[in-house]
Amino acid sequence: MRDVAVIGVGMSEWGELWKKSLRQIFVEAALAAIKDSGVEKIDSMYVGCMSSGLFVGQEHLASLLSDYAGVSGISAARVESACASGGVAFRSGYIEVASGLSDVVLVGGVEKMTDVSGDGATYALATAADQEYEGYVGVTFPGLYAMMANDHMARFGTTREQIAHVAVKNHRHGAMNPRAQYPFEITVDAVLKSVLVADPLRILDCSPITDGAAAVILCPLDMAKKFTRKPAVRVAGSGSSTDTIALHDREDFTEFAATTRAADKAYKTAGVGPSDIQLAEVHDCFTIAEICVIEALGFVKRGEGGKAAESGLTALGGKIPVNTSGGLKSKGHPVGATGVAQIVEITEQLRGESGKRQVKGAKRGLTQNMGGTGGSTVVHILEVA
Amino acid sequence: MAGIVGYGAYVPMHRIKVEEIAKVWGADAESYKKGLMLVEKSVPSPDQDTITMSVEAARSAVKRARIAPSLIEATYVGSESHPYAVKPSGTVVSEAVGTSPNTHCSDFEFACKAGSEAMFVCIGLVQGGAIRYGLAIGADTSQGAPGDALEYSAAAGAAAFIFGKEDGLAKVLGTHTFMTDTPDFWRREYEYYPRHGGRFTGEQAYFRHITIAATQMMEKAGLKPQDFAYAVFHQPNGKFPMQIGQKLGFKKEQLEAGWLSPTLGNTYSGSSPMGLTAILDVAKPGEKIFMTSYGSGAGSDSFVFEVTKEIEKVQNLAPKTRQQLDRKSYIEYGVYAKFRRKILKSE
Amino acid sequence: MFPARYWREIPQRYRLEAGKCKGCGKTLFPPRIKCPKCGSTDFEIVRLPDSGVVRTFTVIRVGPSQFSDQAPYAVGIVELEGGVKITTQIVDCPPDKIHIGQKVKVEFRRIQEDGSAGIICYGYKCVPAV
Repeated sequence: MRDVAVIGVGMSEWGELWKKSLRQIFVEAALAAIKDSGVEKIDSMYVGCMSSGLFVGQEHLASLLSDYAGVSGISAARVESACASGGVAFRSGYIEVASGLSDVVLVGGVEKMTDVSGDGATYALATAADQEYEGYVGVTFPGLYAMMANDHMARFGTTREQIAHVAVKNHRHGAMNPRAQYPFEITVDAVLKSVLVADPLRILDCSPITDGAAAVILCPLDMAKKFTRKPAVRVAGSGSSTDTIALHDREDFTEFAATTRAADKAYKTAGVGPSDIQLAEVHDCFTIAEICVIEALGFVKRGEGGKAAESGLTALGGKIPVNTSGGLKSKGHPVGATGVAQIVEITEQLRGESGKRQVKGAKRGLTQNMGGTGGSTVVHILEVA
Repeated sequence: MAGIVGYGAYVPMHRIKVEEIAKVWGADAESYKKGLMLVEKSVPSPDQDTITMSVEAARSAVKRARIAPSLIEATYVGSESHPYAVKPSGTVVSEAVGTSPNTHCSDFEFACKAGSEAMFVCIGLVQGGAIRYGLAIGADTSQGAPGDALEYSAAAGAAAFIFGKEDGLAKVLGTHTFMTDTPDFWRREYEYYPRHGGRFTGEQAYFRHITIAATQMMEKAGLKPQDFAYAVFHQPNGKFPMQIGQKLGFKKEQLEAGWLSPTLGNTYSGSSPMGLTAILDVAKPGEKIFMTSYGSGAGSDSFVFEVTKEIEKVQNLAPKTRQQLDRKSYIEYGVYAKFRRKILKSE
Repeated sequence: MFPARYWREIPQRYRLEAGKCKGCGKTLFPPRIKCPKCGSTDFEIVRLPDSGVVRTFTVIRVGPSQFSDQAPYAVGIVELEGGVKITTQIVDCPPDKIHIGQKVKVEFRRIQEDGSAGIICYGYKCVPAV
């Protein structure tokens, strides 16, 4: 297996993009990444997208987007793993380069979520759950995570305020990110007063509905200098794991076992442990998710995630900054794009390009991207080459 | 002959008071309460219908029957609010209860006597030896037109009986029926609410048919009102069953155990059958029960039962009817209108 | 909801039919082809008990299209006697009275419908055990 580097990154605009279609958004990100990388030819392409079918009635994305990105003829595939679609697409691209099958691979993620009503978006997102035994009875994603929150609060004494701190921190970071969908700060009070979505989670605990795309270019590490003078960022570890699809089939509702398993594989390959990670982009689809994930990644002990959010451990300037991009909460969550956007953030941080939200001396970062209630999870560790 | 081997009832949790309805339509609550002898009625939640209530009542009947549900060979659901216009309620109920797949299944309809019809036919099949056990259900989630007198009483509930050849919990001593074509209350296809002939629904409809059926039943059985411990009649409101019962020679004390309408409302096909379940909940071995239903259009089914020793073993095996009646939660008219789909929404 | 997709799950939705693994005794709901615990493909059909305990819950205020009229409605994970857990609505209970550890029992209810002209889908919900 060859060492693989990320040599180019790009994002489209993120937000409610009424004037832009799915294909336009994707192409914007893809061309930005290609330009950033300096490559002239792409060998292969992966697209992460959760549900272009339900959102815009479009399947066969690989063909459509390779065509519109101007690279028709190459091998292209769409990858789906609910909200982990982008992360799994990245892993797929990584494997194709690492194996020697291709040299330059474009990995993109995209989601166009505003071409359906709010109800319609809630429904599409709910298809990440078990349709016959969770979705059938009317449970939603906020509902599933709310049930996790109630369990975490009952078992570990996590408070509503601690949970709210995750949103406050991520907005503080997002306010420094010119690409964020909601680049402004919020207060704990605002979170606690916002409209209830699924008790105890409120609208400000939930990542938004976003249109957007992100793309990266991968090539073998030893070819990086051929294309770019920017510091190459090496994929030091990659792990992927699944868990039961239904939350009710787990022994422990807040354990995120797939995250732990995927992280263990990534840590092992990279030869490092949680304390060697300097920053991370994790899947804060809901505030409570970030709390559980940092426990599952081994950044803090089980049950201490709430305290960590409250104490600033995971804020910029803290011991292990989490979601300097603003996370899904402030940056936005175009589902299929998120996993790729996490790679974009860590890559820029490791290159020293993150401006006001730069983590000083960042050399090693981690991304964690998961689908549904953690039924699929991918973890990547990136290092300055 | 035949006997009731199991029985059960289901009362939904929500209630709305007469005052609450009267308030919205500018009517005099006290005169409705006095005139109808009714204070409140049951309201089904949007996730309840004739089928769901029938299933719960039937499951209670199976618990009291203490038989494997797969031995049931007929399922008859009588209602005037079957959830589908075409597709039986009985097949859903059968599958949910777990009856034999070789179950004769039919939905019955005859205004408020659809439930007692189901009972009448089950008894016949069991007596004739065609089936071993039959399940007969009367259930409704009747609609009252907004602002109409019937809105105060149109309620929801279900009663289920399992009949077998053995004496069971209560022997069937006799059945009888009487019908004429009398257009007192009707609903045309595609109409949402029923209509009625006002005061015409009293003397020539309800009173006439119950009187004739009941009188002929007692004659046939060689029994008089004083031979019975309990009597229950179709109860569209609190007043009518008391009036007819006393007119036929029954005393108030005989009518009270089965008299549910003052706090339940009119459960249409469930009306006298649910009254019967409330009686069975308290009846003692050897006591005789008289029941006569009424369905607009019009007709009455009459039954005579005699309670056996088995009754005391099973009364507590499933929720009792008055116990469910007492477990309630009041709602306002707006919520009621939403629950009963009286509010026009865009599709 | 296309009729066949609904009809296929009727034994589970109406009668809580589960599969008990003959290899290791694990009960799976819905029944499966292969036991995730021991890998056996030999099962017997059993009916799950109709009572249990609330393990966690929430009140959904913003529901998907077919459920938006029902909001707010409570949903919980209920552990039935014997250990199998199901996700279900919790009804006939004021949301502020629902609690972890609450005893509930299963009732047959309407779950969703396909507009005013499509099929009605039935299934299980939980109510407080009296």
